[in-house]
Amino acid sequence: MATKSSIAETLAQTYDAKGRQAGEIALSPSMQAFADLAERLPTDEVIVNMGPSHPAMHGTVRVVLRIDGETITDADVQVGYLHRGFEKECESSAWQQIFPYVDRLNYVSPMLNNTGFAMAVEKLLGIGSQVPERAEYIRVIAGELARVADHLTCVTASLAELGGLTAFFYGNRAREHIWELLEDLSGARLTHSYARIGGVAWDLTADFEDKTKDKVAKVRGFISDIRKLVERNRIFLDRMEGIGAISADDAISYGMTGPCLRATGVDYDVRRAHPYSVYDHFDFDVVVADGGDNLARYLVRMEEMEQSLQIVEQALVQIPPGAVIIDDPIIALPSKREVYNSIEGMIAHFKLIMDGIRVPPGEAYAYTEGGNGELGFYVVSDGTGRPYKCRCRPPSFYTTAAMRQLIVGANIADVVPIFGSLNMIGGECDR
Amino acid sequence: MTDNAGYVPTNLQAAVNWAQKYSLFTYPFATACCAMEFMSTMGGRYDIARFGAEFPRFTPRQADLLLVVGTITERQAPILRRVYDQMVEPKWVMAFGVCASTGGFYQNYTVMPGCDQVIPVDIYVPGCPPRPEQVLDGLMALQRRIQDHRGHAQVELGNTAQISMKDRRHLPVHQDGTSMGLSKDERMPKDGKVL
Amino acid sequence: MSKRALDIVAGKAPEAILETASYLGDEMALVERSRILEVLQLCKDDPELDFRMLTDLTVVDWLGTDPRFEVVYLLYSLQHKHRLRLKVAVPEDDPVIDSATSLWMAANWAEREAWDLYGIKFRGHPDLRRILMYDEFVGHPLRKDYPQNGRQPLLRRPDATPTDDETTRLLETSHDRRVE
Repeated sequence: MATKSSIAETLAQTYDAKGRQAGEIALSPSMQAFADLAERLPTDEVIVNMGPSHPAMHGTVRVVLRIDGETITDADVQVGYLHRGFEKECESSAWQQIFPYVDRLNYVSPMLNNTGFAMAVEKLLGIGSQVPERAEYIRVIAGELARVADHLTCVTASLAELGGLTAFFYGNRAREHIWELLEDLSGARLTHSYARIGGVAWDLTADFEDKTKDKVAKVRGFISDIRKLVERNRIFLDRMEGIGAISADDAISYGMTGPCLRATGVDYDVRRAHPYSVYDHFDFDVVVADGGDNLARYLVRMEEMEQSLQIVEQALVQIPPGAVIIDDPIIALPSKREVYNSIEGMIAHFKLIMDGIRVPPGEAYAYTEGGNGELGFYVVSDGTGRPYKCRCRPPSFYTTAAMRQLIVGANIADVVPIFGSLNMIGGECDR
Repeated sequence: MTDNAGYVPTNLQAAVNWAQKYSLFTYPFATACCAMEFMSTMGGRYDIARFGAEFPRFTPRQADLLLVVGTITERQAPILRRVYDQMVEPKWVMAFGVCASTGGFYQNYTVMPGCDQVIPVDIYVPGCPPRPEQVLDGLMALQRRIQDHRGHAQVELGNTAQISMKDRRHLPVHQDGTSMGLSKDERMPKDGKVL
Repeated sequence: MSKRALDIVAGKAPEAILETASYLGDEMALVERSRILEVLQLCKDDPELDFRMLTDLTVVDWLGTDPRFEVVYLLYSLQHKHRLRLKVAVPEDDPVIDSATSLWMAANWAEREAWDLYGIKFRGHPDLRRILMYDEFVGHPLRKDYPQNGRQPLLRRPDATPTDDETTRLLETSHDRRVE
């Protein structure tokens, strides 16, 4: 007969101090017989399909799982449901017409893609050092704001998938603040097409600095609210800590970069390792975490948002006055005043629009730190006004390639947090 | 159809339509960038809950408004059709964004030029991505359409023969011409027993 | 810094490297197709090179020249912070090259994409199938001779507007299609 002390003993054996189940427990003979029978029961492996229209699969990934009970024994991650033919479209568009396509690659941080592509073409043209400094600063400000929006979307969407819907709404509101700023700059909330080859399209608005300071404070408030809600939550920690862990060697072998790689302990950030634009003027930390699990990726993103906001504040202080686009009529459109009042301006405008920018034949690879890692553009030019090949090196493609390794052996319920923390953006992964 | 019907059926239909338009359960078939604007429309600032379309049902069986949000590629088309087929009448479709309406500025081998190539669309909301105000404007136009009983798959009370006639026109075909409608053997038997 | 890496590679595998170049700060080398795996192995294992990351793998289609395709490997070393671009010329009638999946796991998906979009076969790849296009698709769409509008629909409504012919006709007469 079970007495109080023996129940307590059994419980003490079963659950350790953390409340988790311990290893072997001693069963009574009848219980042991039942457990043996349960082990010998035949089970079938079932094939379950998650996606491609799935709320937590970010819409476009199909994961075919082979499961044994709740454990995944094999998985096939199928991407490509959003392949929109970016490269083929680029081959029939003029260089400056590609900016809208590039925006829609990583559509949560479009300014970073814009900057990356502009840098690749500027490298090929050889005008990398002639881009005005004010334009570089504006690119950095807009880019870092876009990075904050990217990380906010990733974190709050994955929290919503875990059930924390409040954080999702907070994140939405914070993102609205950022998008208002970017809308003031470019006219569009999401897909800006704000960068141009040789600079940016327009200057900052007059009240941009004050508005940004105000909104950065508000965004910081929202981020801290989300942290307070989430980081001591038992459910959140149980579902994120230790789940989806990847070692640094495996991550490097997969070509992972960005927050996913920095969460494994490797401090590779393109802004620090190969400073481009004006990133060497700023004082910011490269955020690195240990463990490579979901929690590490979450923490890296949260802290990176804070670092990005600091960069924005520093940039607003340091930004010099001047032009915002290169003053070369072969590359950048002249101002409207010149176009309408001088024949040279009109001819330059005509030739740029009709024939595109004549980029000398050659190839270049320019890489920047996108929202998900090393976002590179490998452009090949044949001398005409259109690219011969414009390849985007998609960071989330390589990150998603590692997903199979992360989910095999885990439970079905772990697929959603793991996938959410990898931040696969369909536009970038499938292009 | 509603012309020669009597007073009570028409008013009843109007009342039902009023209830349906203000309690739309959406299925956001989200693929691309427009999903960001959809999230904004659902968020606190451009609240779609004011219009009753608050709760996204992530299963087509429980939804009545299919929001095609983002680009539909040729690969995604059969899945979209299947999701549409799994919805129960009355159902409406909103093509959210210009990629879902006409393919957008992607005119190439992989993007389907508009989701209306495989499903009938009730309202097209252009924009790349459309501002949330534009989406809400489209939603209000759709609500007017629902009230006027002009949706593609709207069913009159008691007139169930209408379902088969309207929807059969829209049954899709495979590339080789065979119909994608279920054959008699594939359909669920009427008594519910499968084995 | 990358110049040194290029020199080391050229020094240690002289017969495999056909040409080297440095353009706009990027170092690149043309590698012979039969020796690519040993060159990649050297790049990965040699401690002075230490190219532990395969950043990208892509293909350029030079339609009209022989060999037609050029497989491009972008390598990066986290420790030494240098990059290298290796290119391999692959002819059209025999588009086969050794797979790098034994060296980097990133090559798995990247090579699948190269097969899918360009038709380059990778010898030794464990699972070479389409990744971005669907299995029923015929052809390799990013090749220059594949038409941009070459849709192969899986599904259409019988009363859907046939847009393909219209779009092609419109594009042929619009200015954008006139190639200089």
